[in-house]
Amino acid sequence: MVSIDVRNACVEFPIFDAKTRSLKKALLGTVGRAGGKIGVDTKVPIIEALQDISLTLRDGDRVGLIGHNGAGKSTLLRLLSGIYEPTRGSSRIAGKVAPVFDLGVGMDPEISGYENIVIRGLFLGMTRKQMEARAEEIAEFTELGDYLSMPLRTYSTGMRVRLALGVVTSIDPEILLLDEGIGAVDSAFLEKARDRLTALVERSGILVFASHSDEFLVELCTSGLWLDHGEIREQGDLRTVLAHYKGKDPAALSGLSGVKAEPITPLSPLNAAGGRGGGG
Amino acid sequence: MQYTDTAPEIAEGRVPAHSRSWSRAIGDLRAGWRQRPLWGHLGWQDIKQGYRRSVIGPLWITISLGIQALGMGVLYAALFGQPLHDFLPYLAVGLIIWQFMAGCINEGAEVFIRNEGLIKHLPAPLSVHIFRLVWRQLLFFGHNVLVWVALMLIFPPEAPRAFGWSSLLAIPALAVIVLNGAWVAILIGIVATRYRDVPPVTASVVTLMFFMTPIVWDYEQLRSKGGAVGERARLAELNPFLHYVEILRRPMIGESFELRHWVVTLAITVVGWAVALVVLRNYRARVSYWV
Repeated sequence: MVSIDVRNACVEFPIFDAKTRSLKKALLGTVGRAGGKIGVDTKVPIIEALQDISLTLRDGDRVGLIGHNGAGKSTLLRLLSGIYEPTRGSSRIAGKVAPVFDLGVGMDPEISGYENIVIRGLFLGMTRKQMEARAEEIAEFTELGDYLSMPLRTYSTGMRVRLALGVVTSIDPEILLLDEGIGAVDSAFLEKARDRLTALVERSGILVFASHSDEFLVELCTSGLWLDHGEIREQGDLRTVLAHYKGKDPAALSGLSGVKAEPITPLSPLNAAGGRGGGG
Repeated sequence: MQYTDTAPEIAEGRVPAHSRSWSRAIGDLRAGWRQRPLWGHLGWQDIKQGYRRSVIGPLWITISLGIQALGMGVLYAALFGQPLHDFLPYLAVGLIIWQFMAGCINEGAEVFIRNEGLIKHLPAPLSVHIFRLVWRQLLFFGHNVLVWVALMLIFPPEAPRAFGWSSLLAIPALAVIVLNGAWVAILIGIVATRYRDVPPVTASVVTLMFFMTPIVWDYEQLRSKGGAVGERARLAELNPFLHYVEILRRPMIGESFELRHWVVTLAITVVGWAVALVVLRNYRARVSYWV
């Protein structure tokens, strides 16, 4: 059964600076305390990225994550994917998770587009056979043609995004976690990608989607979860939560016509090297 | 959809919620093992990566080891006054084994640090990175072993060396070394992710150990000389690396079976895995926070 159960979970990052993240400091710190003289403070500062998160997700749930930059949306997605296990509280994730946070991660610039399709698929929990069977369809969708046999480093940023989107939208996840940024390529291609994205969401059991685009959220999600400073501020019907988040009357949002959708966040250039996880 | 603030009735799951548990540590190793297609592919990719666009590709691995063994072999055989016929296979096999062990240790120290991007973006078991590393080193070993094949054709073992049934012990010996490479990578990998001074320390210790382990020098030959030098050569046995080299080198160059090397290596294997499993159990979930 596909499910996510999180109870009173906290995610706290220790921040080691150059001084504390060394063996010497740890050793000297102990000596200092034993001697009771030298006041070496071994306490590592901690950032509480998420506090006391409790939620239960079941098959069919479509959750939109709402919140300001730095509210903890990406961290929550990583908690739900199992990348971070809670430092306090508990989390239980059952099902095949496909996290789509950074389109570039797991892509190797030195190998061909076709090879990248297979590797990226393996990372997302597919088998080699499954990916080889889908390569043709992905090739057609990405419109990359013969370029797929060229090394990825010869691709433009836009072409990389197409390839990554093509692979990501071809998988069959049980739990799909999408971070914002899988938005814009060129507008004609975007329409095509959206259709595939919608189809992907329909195939998956649970969806959690973090975005700043109301339009996109309403299209894919049914319920909303508002994160503020690492805590759940409100959860429930998407439009209601969105309205509260925007500080508006829910009625004004009902058709969404009254609200001007924020422009879709442009995709940051793909970081083929793997990218550092943002704390946002 | 239902959200709960109080504890819900959690469906029966196999993995307990708490991070520090044996089942999660073992589960990590099992899940990693199941992802053989992934790390198998990545391991090959790593090898090919280094030799992309070169004409003979990964064959360079074999050639560079061959050149190293030949150069050092000729020099040291002359310096120590040993017959090239005996010394060259001895040195070459020692180097091949050493490269595998040093690779597991040195790269083990950076196994999680280097894969920060993957660890923070994809929820793969940690052991995937360990298996990828050990597999890659095993592939290097496979390329290097061609040098041994060539040497055995040119310089077949001469009495008292001879191939026999005990030469087959090379296979379990390699298995023991691989098993040790895995626990070392887990242990050093986790510690080094927390304490970033560990990789440079490891690198310098490994370099030092190369000279302290009988690879370019033959301690049995020194011992047979007797006297004070012979006594001092016995101290080499305190070095655990010697025993790992010996369990594999002896059968590969047709030397006789020595029980004590097996006893030492198997004992270290058991203790090492026990320590690595405890560390994996306690700090596995911390690695993604530390990288």
